Amino acid sequence: MSKGSPISPSLMATKSAGAPKAPERADRTAETAVGADTAATASPVLGPNNVVPPTVMTGSEAIVRSLEELGVDDIFGLPGGAILPTYDPLMASKMNHVLVRHEQGAGHAAQGYAMVTGRVGVCIATSGPGATNLVTAIMDAHMDSVPLVAITGQVSSGVIGTDAFQEADIVGITMPITKHSFLVTDPNDIPHVMAEAFHLASTGRPGPVLVDVAKDAQQGQMTFSWPPKIDLPGYRPVVRGHNKQVREAAKLIAAASKPVLYVGGGVVKAHAAAELRELAELTGAPVVTTLMARGVFPDSHPQHVGMPGMHGTVSAVTALQQSDLLITLGARFDDRVTGVLKTFAPNAKVIHADIDPAEISKNRTADVPIVGSVKEIIPELTEAVRTQFGTSGTPDLASWWAFLNNLKETYPLGWTEPEDGLSAPQRVIERIGALTGPEGIYVAGVGQHQMWAAQFIKYERPHAWLNSGGAGTMGYAVPAAMGAKVGEPDRVVWAIDGDGCFQMTNQELATCAINKIPIKVAVINNSSLGMVRQWQTLFYEGRYSNTDLNTGHETIRIPDFVKLGEAYGCASFRCDRDEDIDATIQKALEINDRPVVIDFVVSPDSMVWPMVPAGVSNDQIQVARNMTPEWEEED
Amino acid sequence: MSRHTLSVLVEDKPGVLTRVASLFARRAFNINSLAVGPTEVPGMSRMTVVVDADGDLIEQVTKQLNKLVNVIKIVELTSESSVQRDHILVKVRADAATRLQVTQAADLFRASVVDVSTDSVVIEATGHPEKLTALLSVLEPFGIREIVQSGTLAVGRGSRSMSDRALRSA
Repeated sequence: MSKGSPISPSLMATKSAGAPKAPERADRTAETAVGADTAATASPVLGPNNVVPPTVMTGSEAIVRSLEELGVDDIFGLPGGAILPTYDPLMASKMNHVLVRHEQGAGHAAQGYAMVTGRVGVCIATSGPGATNLVTAIMDAHMDSVPLVAITGQVSSGVIGTDAFQEADIVGITMPITKHSFLVTDPNDIPHVMAEAFHLASTGRPGPVLVDVAKDAQQGQMTFSWPPKIDLPGYRPVVRGHNKQVREAAKLIAAASKPVLYVGGGVVKAHAAAELRELAELTGAPVVTTLMARGVFPDSHPQHVGMPGMHGTVSAVTALQQSDLLITLGARFDDRVTGVLKTFAPNAKVIHADIDPAEISKNRTADVPIVGSVKEIIPELTEAVRTQFGTSGTPDLASWWAFLNNLKETYPLGWTEPEDGLSAPQRVIERIGALTGPEGIYVAGVGQHQMWAAQFIKYERPHAWLNSGGAGTMGYAVPAAMGAKVGEPDRVVWAIDGDGCFQMTNQELATCAINKIPIKVAVINNSSLGMVRQWQTLFYEGRYSNTDLNTGHETIRIPDFVKLGEAYGCASFRCDRDEDIDATIQKALEINDRPVVIDFVVSPDSMVWPMVPAGVSNDQIQVARNMTPEWEEED
Repeated sequence: MSRHTLSVLVEDKPGVLTRVASLFARRAFNINSLAVGPTEVPGMSRMTVVVDADGDLIEQVTKQLNKLVNVIKIVELTSESSVQRDHILVKVRADAATRLQVTQAADLFRASVVDVSTDSVVIEATGHPEKLTALLSVLEPFGIREIVQSGTLAVGRGSRSMSDRALRSA
């Protein structure tokens, strides 16, 4: 039941030697890949569009049958009263239902599954608290544009609005954090609502869609037929970029002397890594990949200048600041990238290509807006640039590259060894990446370890790096890694987690152990809420208000992560010395019959650098505490 | 801040008014008035939303509204190209001594008296918001007891129909 390219861990390349392979996306069938709008034009209903003649069944059977017809293989959920009718036919289905321990875990697992497979992730919960436990994951999927369908049970339609037991207005609660939502009270609506939910979640700018089904709609009789008619007169995402705008963009690219390709998560979602590479190599422009886009352009490529933003590389941040043209592809000028907006890239013209028209000129006014899928726009832009270069010549970027290469060499990513004798967390993460290789999947929580994982693991392919970018959800890693492993069972999946994050969702280790989902969890244990602590060090005179977690070196160690892992049936180790790091990682890589938890005891004093402090211009980037790069050399 | 009148064609589905209203709230857009009702097309409603926003912001308002799946079409109606009307019911103090003055004032604004009691009248008026403001300032000295006002309704001048065109493109 492999859904990805079958790569056995033993065959995985260690560290990339030479040119990385072009990302392989041909294994995805067109109708399941998000952004494959060519298939969507054939039929907006996902799945094989089998013809099912009218058949009488219950609403709950219709939910299960719709999911099957939509091509769903895996579901994450947890039953309860209002969704019980649907769990009965689900038991007989060939679909794989993973029983989680907390609904938030189901939501993040569905996200992780969607991020690595490009397919819609599905989670199910009951009404009331079951549904509200999904809220964080739905919000997370909304912020990071993850295709997700959340199905919730609702109390019977007759008692909606009476404060019935486990009643919550989950459609109302999630309205601001879903792409769309449905409340189903008539079982006959189920097939078309399900098809519409999957269509909405997976096309245009992907996002979460909630389907709330009243209990009596699940129990009632209906007539099922397939495929249903999708009726969404207000939903017409633009896919093809406007020709004239594309030509205008090509002209700007031909005229620019300091262009930068500012690449965001939209390029990952659109499966446009190969197209991006062609455009990048044609233009010769430097490429920055945002936190959501890590891997979509290979780190090893000489044109890659790093991750931009608050903890980006000096070369990436400065490339954007000094640029005269931002070629923005599927990115959204997030505040963590721009710093103080009015000081961001002050001399740059902006080309902005995005499938969501509302992102264009939301934060930064675009000189050339292009609405559409980057999957279509990038090849068109490549052609237009080729034509433009043919007439006006290829721009000379030599001095731009000399400037940037100097920055790359002068300010490479690195770290200073902690003075307390404990391991540097950066080293642990760097070694995990080096020993596992670019074919692995890395899922981070939120905080310092997330930034280090974005910085020190070398990403060579898209869909290898998962994190909670927009929402910053602590606790994302373990359940999302679980979902990723279900979606890509043949890949090594690491959850790079913090000791704070890990304590929020580690109950899903039970799900992983029981369902044979052998993820590997590296707890980067600095015994504190590290990123908050870093800010307290830097901006609150070292007053560590409520950031000590007592899980690390010379503490009471509550909980003991090794014992906790063992209690959940995981292989569990502690590593607190530099010399044991490689051997511990190797040991974890050799275990594939159960999850692994490693308690990497590291220094609480390590900080994430570079850093642009909040509220200042990106020009104020610091490579270490109170150290800004020497700018005099730039001219 | 300038005032913009948006005509928003929406599917007549449960929650659509909430979706529009909550969008304005969470994006910190200011609604000046909102009116909603059925149209000549079954299953379709039309909202008239008056927004106070600067040029860039109104574009963002429109784009965000367009992202709502139930929103079919949005047109901005300028005061030159459209007819815009508010509807008001105002209860004014009026006894035997002042009633004639009050009703004369109403006549001047082509407003009508729709209810009379011994010490009050209810006046109904329709018009451009500025006209209604003028009416209220004339009635003010008599003592205004209650005001109920609709949101602005707006329709484009000429024969073209917003819903016609929306249906053809859908």
